[in-house]
Amino acid sequence: MTAATAGPATGLQLAGPGGSGSGAAAPLLAALATVRDPELDEPITDLGFVTACALTAAGVAEVRLRLPTYFCAPNFAYLMVADAYDALMAVPGVRSARVVLEDHFAAEAINGGVAAQAGFVHAFDGEAVGELHGLRADFLRKAVLAGTDRVCRELLAGGADRARLHALTLGDAPPSPARDRLAQRRAELGVPAGDDAPLLIDPATGAALDPDAVPLHLRRARLTRISIESNGSICRGMLRHRYDTAGLGESPPVTCHHGDEGEDR
Amino acid sequence: MYEKDGEKYFVVDGHMHYWNAAPDNWVPGAEQYAKGWIECFHAYMGLGPPKTHWTIEHFQKYSEDDLMKDVFEDGHVDVAVFQPTYLLEWYKEGFNTTERNAAMGEKHPGKFVYNTRFDPRDGDEGLETLRRNVARYGSKGVKLYTAEWNNGSRGYKLSDPGAYRYLAAAQELGIKNVHVHKGPTIWPLDKDAFDVADVDHAATDFPDLNFIVEHVGLPRIEDFCFMATQEPNVYAGLAVVIGGLMHARPRFFAKVMGELLFWVGEDKMLFGSDYAIWEPKWQVEGFVDWEMPDAEEFSDYPRLTATGKKKILGLNAAKLYDIEVPAEYQLPADAGTPAARDDAQLVD
Repeated sequence: MTAATAGPATGLQLAGPGGSGSGAAAPLLAALATVRDPELDEPITDLGFVTACALTAAGVAEVRLRLPTYFCAPNFAYLMVADAYDALMAVPGVRSARVVLEDHFAAEAINGGVAAQAGFVHAFDGEAVGELHGLRADFLRKAVLAGTDRVCRELLAGGADRARLHALTLGDAPPSPARDRLAQRRAELGVPAGDDAPLLIDPATGAALDPDAVPLHLRRARLTRISIESNGSICRGMLRHRYDTAGLGESPPVTCHHGDEGEDR
Repeated sequence: MYEKDGEKYFVVDGHMHYWNAAPDNWVPGAEQYAKGWIECFHAYMGLGPPKTHWTIEHFQKYSEDDLMKDVFEDGHVDVAVFQPTYLLEWYKEGFNTTERNAAMGEKHPGKFVYNTRFDPRDGDEGLETLRRNVARYGSKGVKLYTAEWNNGSRGYKLSDPGAYRYLAAAQELGIKNVHVHKGPTIWPLDKDAFDVADVDHAATDFPDLNFIVEHVGLPRIEDFCFMATQEPNVYAGLAVVIGGLMHARPRFFAKVMGELLFWVGEDKMLFGSDYAIWEPKWQVEGFVDWEMPDAEEFSDYPRLTATGKKKILGLNAAKLYDIEVPAEYQLPADAGTPAARDDAQLVD
């Protein structure tokens, strides 16, 4: 697949670099903001991965994506392109979508596979034995662990008793973006996510945690969060080195409350 | 060696390279991969201090003199461990082979440790090459890149039967240390290539081998830490942690160090510059100066003292590779000995 054919043409409504999108492209960009890097658990727009987003007069959504390196893992790249395709197709007025990943070693297989809507195994003939649902679930569990750390930290900072965390429900945590995000990831994973659900659960089973298991669980939650966020910070640094232009809707991470996002040197 | 505030540090660079990634070494038809690989490495260099950045041309192919100056003359390193990465599908003479490393190292006796490598997909012929390399270069370690492409295969797991056959043979040949480097591809592609569960299996089944997981399993630090807590013969290679975070993201660096000190412990962490991705000078000097920040969010992490830094910068690796350390650089007897396997436990 040649990326060059995705260039602007008469009748396209383009979102400007670094902007939030306007006109017909705005709903498309909003749809792309619901697509996450499954490994980093952040929207592909925030991460700076979207470089072009337009709707043709004929109702074709044209999107271009980029990644921090030529060798980013092909399975995660496939998920992002496929999810972007699905999100665009759900926007009213979009008749077809074309998502083009650029500058990646497996771009041809990924772009062609998603366009054909035939699945990962088909796109990587002979190299994969299953679709990516299992992989996605693995990373949702990590996202739930990381989100648990964010919510518990807010609770503890607000004076909650560490020894009583196991008795709290999700609804006991004060409303915050972190709590909403955790509930959303839990729902997506298919584990209890309502206000009455236990705050602390085993992400593999959804079962409430035994009080004895809480200290280690919280340690693991923090470690998982630090791992994901450190990885994200490296990816952002690599992307900035690779491209000196901002992506559409790019913004610093909102997850760090400690100011790390302002530290990019 | 490096001295600061009256403390003397013996420095072993546990992970470095002497590569040729210039266009003259690109395999025809695979130029895009060769170019993509070295550009990816070059982007990592971008995470270091700007004054240490190189042009892409210099980065593709640096000279022996450059290496000797950057690593030993300026970089404070006493002994450096060559970690080969072959990538023969993309680079005609290989990216960074045992032979290339040794041809250079032989001119500088005592400065280098020559690790070699194997690829379990190379069958009997590969085993023979491994035997030859160990005999010729005296290798005590191997570097394994599990995402290497080989004849249509996009990688392997350490728990594959073929890999076990090679690990057993390597152990018989006297290999002690297995450096594992994960990459983005393995078969099958639908699995997480960065997962370290296969290292866990191999470490359990080969208790007399040491497994050094390079860049601490990044981007899977959490999986690595859970494993390292349980496996006494698993070590943390700090390449990328220091180079990629200490300057660019100091608060994340502190947190990652805090987690490693908690889960893995200072006796099982090894400095590696990943030269030429990053020069050792700023990493060694910065690491010696580094202290865990004083804020609340770091309050329950273990602290790293000069003793811990000495272990991480050189003494732990010296023990793994039987490198002689001058008396004045060793720890006093009452400071404890580094990296005793029986000591591994959940630090608390």
